[in-house]
This record gives sequence, structure tokens and C-alpha cells, in this order.
Amino acid sequence: MSSSGPSADVFAVLDLPAHEQAARLRAGDLTARQLAEAALARVHAQDASLGAYITFMDEEALAQADEADARLRSGNAGPLTGIPIGVKDLLSTKGTLTTAASRMLEGFRPIIDCTVVARLREAGAVFVGKTNLDEFAMGSSTEHSAFAQTHNPWDLARVPGGSSGGSAATVAAGGVPLSLGTDTGGSIRQPAALCGILGLKPTYGRVSRFGVIAFASSLEQVGPFGRDAEDVALLLQAIAGLDPNDATTAPVPVPDYREEFARGIEGLRVGVPRDFFVEGMEDGVRQAVEDAIAVFERNGAVVDRDVALPTVSAALPVYYIIAPSEASANLARYDGVKYGFSYHDAASMWEEMEQTRGRGFGDEVKRRIMIGTYALSAGYYDAYYLKAQKVRTLIRRDFDAALSNHDLLLTPTAPTVAFRLGAKTDDPLAMYLNDLCTLPVNIAGNPGMSVPCGFSEGLPVGLQLIGRPFEEATLLRAAHAYGTFTDWHLRRPPALASDGAGA
Amino acid sequence: MTTAVATEYEVVVGLEVHVQLKTQSKMFCGCAADYFDVEPNTRVCPVCLGMPGMLPVINRAAVEYTVLTGLALGCAIPQHSKFDRKNYPYPDLMKGYQISQYDQPLCVGGGLEIEVDGVPHYVRLERIHLEEDTARLLHREDAHGEGYSLLDVNRSGVPLMEIVSRPDIRSAAQAGAFLRKLRQTLRYLEVSDADMEKGSFRCDANVSIRPRGSETLGAKVEVKNMNSFRAVMRAIESEVERQTEVLTSGGVVVQETRGYIDATGTTVSQRSKEEAHDYRYFPEPDLPPLDITPAEVEELQRRLPELPDARKQRFEAEFGLTPSEAALLTETRAEADSYEEAVALACPHGVDKGRARAVAHWFIGDVARLRHQEGGEVELSATPLTSAHIAELVTLVEGGTITLTTAKEVLEIAFESGSRPSAIVEERGLAQVRDEGEIDRIAREVIEANPKPVADYAAGKAAALQFLVGQVMRQTRGRADANSVADVLRRHLDAG
Repeated sequence: MSSSGPSADVFAVLDLPAHEQAARLRAGDLTARQLAEAALARVHAQDASLGAYITFMDEEALAQADEADARLRSGNAGPLTGIPIGVKDLLSTKGTLTTAASRMLEGFRPIIDCTVVARLREAGAVFVGKTNLDEFAMGSSTEHSAFAQTHNPWDLARVPGGSSGGSAATVAAGGVPLSLGTDTGGSIRQPAALCGILGLKPTYGRVSRFGVIAFASSLEQVGPFGRDAEDVALLLQAIAGLDPNDATTAPVPVPDYREEFARGIEGLRVGVPRDFFVEGMEDGVRQAVEDAIAVFERNGAVVDRDVALPTVSAALPVYYIIAPSEASANLARYDGVKYGFSYHDAASMWEEMEQTRGRGFGDEVKRRIMIGTYALSAGYYDAYYLKAQKVRTLIRRDFDAALSNHDLLLTPTAPTVAFRLGAKTDDPLAMYLNDLCTLPVNIAGNPGMSVPCGFSEGLPVGLQLIGRPFEEATLLRAAHAYGTFTDWHLRRPPALASDGAGA
Repeated sequence: MTTAVATEYEVVVGLEVHVQLKTQSKMFCGCAADYFDVEPNTRVCPVCLGMPGMLPVINRAAVEYTVLTGLALGCAIPQHSKFDRKNYPYPDLMKGYQISQYDQPLCVGGGLEIEVDGVPHYVRLERIHLEEDTARLLHREDAHGEGYSLLDVNRSGVPLMEIVSRPDIRSAAQAGAFLRKLRQTLRYLEVSDADMEKGSFRCDANVSIRPRGSETLGAKVEVKNMNSFRAVMRAIESEVERQTEVLTSGGVVVQETRGYIDATGTTVSQRSKEEAHDYRYFPEPDLPPLDITPAEVEELQRRLPELPDARKQRFEAEFGLTPSEAALLTETRAEADSYEEAVALACPHGVDKGRARAVAHWFIGDVARLRHQEGGEVELSATPLTSAHIAELVTLVEGGTITLTTAKEVLEIAFESGSRPSAIVEERGLAQVRDEGEIDRIAREVIEANPKPVADYAAGKAAALQFLVGQVMRQTRGRADANSVADVLRRHLDAG
């Protein structure tokens, strides 16, 4: 990094959305290297208070930035060429530490990129680092990380949400305009809501999971975080689509998401499912969401406030059978034999394996492995796993029915604003309840998105948009329109608003 | 004890056979599936190493091989199938679970007709499913006698087909016949090498006994660790003997897993029922359900080759072979193909049963003998000899160009050199002596040189003529027709 450091002008560009940063790069106002240096300077400077990253990728980022500059000069730059991006540390990055925030994968460097990272590399993106998360993406506050504590940029005493808390916090704090998260039960949408930015969970099968460290295979998707709908659309555009390495990706064409923006929301049929306004929801959250729905109505959307999704109440128990069951198998490979943490001072191979797992995994991970192992055990399978799958089918049907005569559904993203660090760590159930509004969407497989829609007690509130399978374009179009009617997404956290120079 | 087995208890055996499929690539990744004699850990990738985040992709060829096998064995092919995860911890299992099939296998039912001592017996199949093989653990000892294990991941992810029979087998001999017939069928289908010594064909046996006439099954003992058909049969025999002893001495057979020890020919307990794994099967979420359409089944049905039984029956009918001749010639698909090719070449104007049988006799007789001399079962294609050579040999004999005796000599030369029989005959002047004058001259010389046999003939000893024929044949080096030689000799002798 140059001794003088990036100029204030460059930091001002860093504060812009990615699509505007890209325009400045193409115009030659600044180089990708200058932008990368500014982003690195800021994420490093912020991290002491924010704790958003597990690993920084300075060297690689600067090399990528230089390549991006070469592409920009030769005129074959894409919309993401030279754009700084944060990558959740659940996504395999070739040669770079990939830990899943678990001691179990300490020192693990994958030998290949996950498909999504490979596509972004191809697009010329600049990876500034690997962001913090709940261990193996199991959590809703990023407090279950073995390596770092991420803070909410709006109030450093509060959680950023989770599990993709690091990715949400760094975008909200202006370190990078875009980041990647994964969403198994709300892990993109809930932290997006709690940090006051946008986040989208694609339809199951829309984005490749190849190379993404698996937690619950049938539920999770990789998705984008951004500060406006156009940015989220850009990043989704770059990662979506069929992958021959992931048999669960769908052969559905990927539309040009931004092309749809022009259609607006005039006449859009919006449903509001009552079942999502759950007991225990904070009044401020309820109010912000109601206000947002009114904005849609005032701007030409046809709002139906009486949509029934009766099986949604079963989503939480269904989730906590299916996700741990799949996790119990997915995490069986971590035995200390092949890679990552390995305990050697035991008498036998079996004891070494037990000690490795006992010491390598955190409590929440162990809790879920045990729940899943129990649910799949002989004699319990029918009562738990099989029954959960049957209820899952019912939930899916409910969504299909609700979306047969509505173009999208609007709900709160989370029942509360960001809670205080440590407030729920001793009460797993209270933590699980924070995902009540997001879990059903993973169970059904539909796309979901969170958009900033106001504040409660000075903290951001998220509006959830739920669409039909593979109709992310509708969500993005609605989010974009909403962003033209309101300016909630433009609000920056006060705590870090002054760090224009990144220090 | 053996008689007690025969009279008091009935043997009930079911077999579980694991067959490696010889597809190009592994079951769920692009690595080469052939690992025999390959440097350890060179045919591996992040997927078959079970690295974090890696996903399986179904090898369609392996699915087709399995369905093909199912069709050959008369199984039903359900339209919907799926893969499941079978969970158990072991260092040779890279993901901590094996991708297998639990309740919706690719093939259901079916069976195999076997024969022991001429008695036919039908063994029904339960199912055939597809899964992935595990890595290989090699147990070693260091200089201090400390044990350690090496891991070769080349085998991890090789397509493995499991064929499960119903408990329809009633003797070790039937088990052997079942395995031989199954191996023959798999090799006909060219879906597997099915070689037990190489590990591409493995067999576990579920053995129980019950009082004769009883309908309920006795406690089942799973016997493992057999590495030859002989071992499977010996293991069943020894296990039946052990169970019989337990029952006759008033004991109870315990359901368990036992290992066969080749050196002693006996089984030892490995794992009790209580120690058995709970595999916690559940549907593999990384793979979509597997649908096999009726059109695909039809297409595979068309790809089925003629199977051993059908081919044997056709050989009997079409070529006039005896059942045992037909069985020998249809033992392998390659042998049957070579035979049919030779028949076609030897019978350019349509099948002539006489010639077809003559070709068969060469294959079963002298050709087989020569091949076995080469040290075991050498395939015809691995020798310089071809079906065309054998066809030509038969044509030369049938057309009277060479005698049978000469033909055997020509065959040996062709087997060594790969030269065409007609060229050998020409080069070496082996064509039959047809010149009446030449034979006449030699006959007169022989009569002159052998006054004693001539006198014996005159005295009515018919055998003396055979001696004289032999002498003429010797002089012509077998190139004369023995019958015409006898005629010429008789003419001279009778004329006095």
C-alpha cells in the first residue's frame, strides 16, 4: 500500500454503490488498485471495532485489482470488474484459509474455488477477505464463531445478526459495496435486516452450492448483500445459473434482472400473510413493516392483507429436524484424519477421532449434530425426519397457493431489531425464534429478500419480500421501486458515518 | 455330523454380492474408475476425497450398467429411484457416509436359474442397488512391530453394484453355482470384470439352518472375508456345521457377523447384533431423485446381448451341438463369438450342421488344449490363432485337401506363427496325396518289404491290413486318405 494512503476522493467512491463504482472505474476516475487499497484500508481500520473478517486477502486483492485494471484498460471489463467484495468464510477459496469459523478447519486451505467464487474471479471481482460467521453457519447472531466477535455497525454493543454477520456488517459499514453470504434459515436476510442493508436468498437451485461448506444441503443457498437493489441484482446475475458440478442447480435461464426494473410495481399483486406477524414481535418492527406495505399500496401495488399460510407455524420444528439431520451427516467428515484440526494424544484411533470432534466443534454445532443424529436414529426416523418432510410438502403447497394469485408476499424479516451481544446465547430457543419469519422460505425453497424499511429504537428494520420459485426478478424489481419511493437504504450507521477516510 | 445336517436341518443361505462396475469414471466424480495396479492416491479429486463443500454428480453410465444387469436378471425397473446416505464412521469412508440406495433401489426382484448335478434350481433376487466403493486401508507394521494404517483413496467412489439374493440357496454347491452363473452373466454384459481376486466381485453370505420342514427362518449369521468361490463354499459348509453343532448340543444360534479364516476354513465372531451400526439412512439431499423412463428401459433392453442360457440353447438347435458342447462354447461371450464367427466363415452358403460341429470339435478339442498349454485360460484373441484360421482348417479337411492328421499339425503351426492354414499347407507341401499312381507305387513297395504281414493277411488276419495301411501312411507322412490306401492294398493283395 502506498505510504500516503488512499485519498478522500477514493474513499468517497468507495461509499457509492458498486454499479456507480464500476462507472467511475470505466471512466478512469480512479483505478481498481486505488479502490482496492481504499477498501483494504477501511476494512482493516474498522475491524478492531467491527470484527467482520476472519482472514484478510490483501495480497490477492491487490493482484486481482491489477488484473482488473488491465481489463479496464483493454475494454473487456464487466460490471463487477475491480469491485471489492467480501466473501463469507463458508465458501471455498483456492489457497486461502477457509474455516467455516470453526476450530475444526483451522489452517484449512481448499485446493479449488467454489463455483460462485470462481465465477466472480472470472468476472474480475476483488476479494478483500473472508468474513465472519456463526460456526458452520449455525446461528443467528455470529456469536458462535470460534475466531471473532462481529458487532453491529449501528450499535457496537449489538449483534449483526447471523449467520452471515460479517458479510452484512462490512457492507453496512461501507468497507465493501457487496458481499456474499449463505442462507439456510435466514442467514442472509436476517443480518441484512439487522444491519440495514439488502440481502437476497435465491430460489433453491438458482445458485451453485459446489464448494460451499455444507450445513443443511436441502435448505441453503448462496446469495448477495448490497446497499441497493441494483447492486444485489448485479451480484446475483454473476453467480446464478446451472452448474454441472451441482446436481441440484436448476436448468432455468437467468434473466437480465436490471432490465425488469423499468416495469415498476404498478398493478403488482402483493399479499400480506398474517401468520408472519408473530407473537412477541416488537411494535416498532410491526409499525415499520406496516408503513412499508402502505408505501407499496400508495404506489400502485394491489395489496391483499388477508393471505393465509397456516402451516407456517410448523416451519420452526420442521427446520430443526431437517437442518440438524442433514448437518449430522455433512459434518461427519471432520474426523481429524484428512485435514483441519486433529487431536493426536489419545490411546486409539477411535479415541483420537472422538477427541478431535469433541475439541474441534463448538457447543451449538455439537447440539445440532446430536439433535440430527437422534432424529435419524432407528425407530425415530418416521416420527421425526419423515414427518418433517411431509410437513415440508404442506408448507411448500401453502406458499404455492399463496403465490398463485399474488406476485409477491410482504412480511417482516425478523421479529426484532438487533439484540444485545450475549442476550440470547444462553437460550438457544430464543435465538432460534429470531428466524421465525425467514425459516419457512427455506423450507419451501422460494426466493426471499430483505430490504431496509425503517428504524425502531434507532436500529434498522427489514421488510421481507417472498416470491415464486425462480422469480427473483420480481423481488429485485419491487425492491428497486421501493428504493425510489423511500431512502431507508441510503441511511448509514452513525457510529461509522464519520470514517470517510476509513480510519 | 454331515449326515445329521442332511437329515435334520435345512440349510438356508442368501448372498450379498458387491460388483465393481467398469465404467470410465467414478460414481460421483470424473476420476478414472480403474485403479488396479495404479500408484496409490493418484486417481483422486476433491469430490472422492470428501473435501468440505464437494458435491456428487451421478455417473449415468453406472446407472445404465445397473439397469442392464437388472434387465438381464429379470428384475423390475421402477420408474422412480433415489440415492440415500448411509452413515457410519470409518477412516476409509471419506465423507463419513456412503452414498447408497435404501428403500428405492434401481432394480427389484428377478432371479437366476442355476443347475447343480443336473438339477435346476431358481434363486430369486431381492434387489440390485447402486452405491460407491470406499477407500482402501492397508495395515502395516513398523520396525518396532507397531501397527499403522495406510489409506489409498483411488478406490473411493468407484461404482459398486450390490446384488442381494433371497434366502433361496440350500447348499454350498448351489451358492457356488449361483456365483459362477452370476459372474458369467456380468461378464457377458461387460459391466464388470467380476474378478474376486482383484476385488471387483465380493460376496458375503447370510447363513442359517432350520429343522427340515420348518417355514420360519433361523437366526441369521452374516459371514464375511471370503476371497474366492471356493472360500465362499467352504465358509458356508463350516458355518452350517458350526450352527448344527450348536443346535444339536442344545444351544442357540446367535445373530451376528462372523469372519471367515481361510487358513483354518472356519468362521470367528466379529460383531454381535447389539454392536451392529444404526446407519441412519436418509435421502441424499445433494442428488435429485433418479427417474428411469420406460423409453430408457426399452433402449437398454435393446442393448442387452444374448445371454448364456439363450445362446446355449440356440447353439444346440442351430449347430446341432450337444448340451455339454454348447455349454463349453458359451462359457464366455468371447468364446461364443469366436465360435460363431468361425462357423460363419466355414459355412459361406448357410449353416451346415456337420461343419458347425466340426468347428466345435476343433474349439473344444485341439484349440482348447493348445490354449491351456499356454498356462491357464488364454483367450483366443490373445493368441496368434483366429476364428478364420479354424474355419479354413475345417474347410481344408472337409474339401479333402488335407487329412485330419495333417490338420492337427497345421493347427499347431498356425497357433505358433499366426500363418494362414492354406499358406502353411502350400509352403510345406502338406496337401493330401491324391495321385493314384503315387499311392500305388508306395503300396507295392510296402507289400514287397513286409512279407510276414502279407502272409498273415492271406491267412485271413484282417488286422494285418491295418499294419500295411499304417506303413503307407507313414511313407506319405499322413497325407494320404487311409480308406483309399486300404482299397489299393486290398486290390494288390487279393489279386495275389
